[in-house]
Amino acid sequence: MSQVLQRTSATGTRATKVIGALAILVMVWVVVSGLILTPQDVVQGESVRIMYVHVPSAWIAYLAFIFTAVASASWLISKKHSMGFDRFAGASAEVGVMFMAITLITGSLWGRLTWGEFWQWDPRLTTTAFLFVTYVGYLAVRRLEGSAEQRARRSAVVAMLAVLEIPLVHFSVVLWRSLHQGATVLNPNGDVKMDDLMLFTLFSGVVAFTLVFVWLVLHRQRTMLLVDIANRQGLDAAIAARKTEGSVR
Amino acid sequence: MKSDSSMPVSKGKVVTAVFLKDVQIELRSRVVTNQVLPFAGLVMVMFAFALDNDDVLQRVAGGLVWLATLFSLLIIVQRSFAIDTADGALDSLRVAGIELSAVFFGKAIALAAKLVALEMVLIFSALVLYRVDVSAIGVVLLVTCVFCATSGLAFVGTLYGGLTAGAKGRETLLPLLLLPVVAPVLIAATRATEAAFGSGGAQTSEGWAWIGLLAVFAAVFGVGGSLAFGSLIDE
Amino acid sequence: MKDAGFIFGSYFVTLGAILVFAFVTLRRAKESSQSVDEKDKTWL
Repeated sequence: MSQVLQRTSATGTRATKVIGALAILVMVWVVVSGLILTPQDVVQGESVRIMYVHVPSAWIAYLAFIFTAVASASWLISKKHSMGFDRFAGASAEVGVMFMAITLITGSLWGRLTWGEFWQWDPRLTTTAFLFVTYVGYLAVRRLEGSAEQRARRSAVVAMLAVLEIPLVHFSVVLWRSLHQGATVLNPNGDVKMDDLMLFTLFSGVVAFTLVFVWLVLHRQRTMLLVDIANRQGLDAAIAARKTEGSVR
Repeated sequence: MKSDSSMPVSKGKVVTAVFLKDVQIELRSRVVTNQVLPFAGLVMVMFAFALDNDDVLQRVAGGLVWLATLFSLLIIVQRSFAIDTADGALDSLRVAGIELSAVFFGKAIALAAKLVALEMVLIFSALVLYRVDVSAIGVVLLVTCVFCATSGLAFVGTLYGGLTAGAKGRETLLPLLLLPVVAPVLIAATRATEAAFGSGGAQTSEGWAWIGLLAVFAAVFGVGGSLAFGSLIDE
Repeated sequence: MKDAGFIFGSYFVTLGAILVFAFVTLRRAKESSQSVDEKDKTWL
């Protein structure tokens, strides 16, 4: 088959190649700048370098989950129930879970250096952990047996409720602060004085991760479309086979 | 349910009918009284074995009550929906053209009733086993907490129960889905209960803010759940 | 660099996760495109 001989990916286009190349370039810049060019922090020393991968990762994860909720809402609202929305929601959630995992791991390593512990039960870390588990659950719901429409419906409901978790637990963060006067909300990058290069590197990190997000979601979504088509074709073939069986008898 | 297809059944009647049906099933099968309550009581005792320290137990009693509630919630929800889907009861309700949000509320209220019974037993166990005390104003706080927390749990439980009911492999998903979502209820209800018990020097006045959070949670899932339940059963 | 292990570890985890995810994504894309006709690939 000619597809096997193609060097390019089956879901690739010129756009994804450009985005991919840009993502690699910016990422290289972020790594070089983050590890070598930027100065160390007055308070935190070298450990601040983890910020350049941890913070963008967290932001893109949140972004991904919000996209999932918006896409799910769009699916629910659209009269035709266009499956593209559902596939986008699923792809975005997958990438979001990956970035959330990166956030939790890098955050934990950063915490070990700044607070001396891998984990703290402060509101922000607790939120993040819950969000991660919630969206792992979302992905599990997507893999339940059923038609593509059932998958879309179930996961849309879960996504829209899951995203409510974000403001709800943030509300309790405010509550926690007001009730537990002693508790400090641990913030590794709260006391970092950022000079221009550090800010620019952080900004570049966000750009790089966004490009990665777009690239991954495009490929995932197209793959999901292929899988859905293949499943439908398989189903059609099975139905046709049954029909011929019936007519032969 | 007998219903003339040309005359729409009022939502209130549907809610009542579904509620009564679920309560009747419970009264006949006695799952909550014979299985879940003993399980919950056992959990409370096991906590005491594991923690093995009177001061610690008194301090964490609030949290243990609600933990045991959540674990029991999983069992109650799964059981309730297993019965419904085994008979195809949910499907026939849908086909009959009944307003599904009313079914949602009927089931949620039945679930809430079971939960309240459960929580009463658990709080009583905490009072006896963990030796916590409650003041008069603490009782008011506790009752309000139970009401608000139970509403939220019942709405979420009914919604996710509907989602995960039925085919094999779906029931095991319920804990994974449900527990992260009800985490705010666990936190808020625990804090409010600790305030009522006076654990660790907590004042009852501190508890009321957490009640607010419980009320918001219940409102969100009451509205959201009733809207979503229909489309989840519609399969 | 002080704490170099943790810092390099973070970058390694980050880039590693992204690369693994990207690789798996491309591989699944290739596999699923083999059973589908070119005309259904709406992005080409």
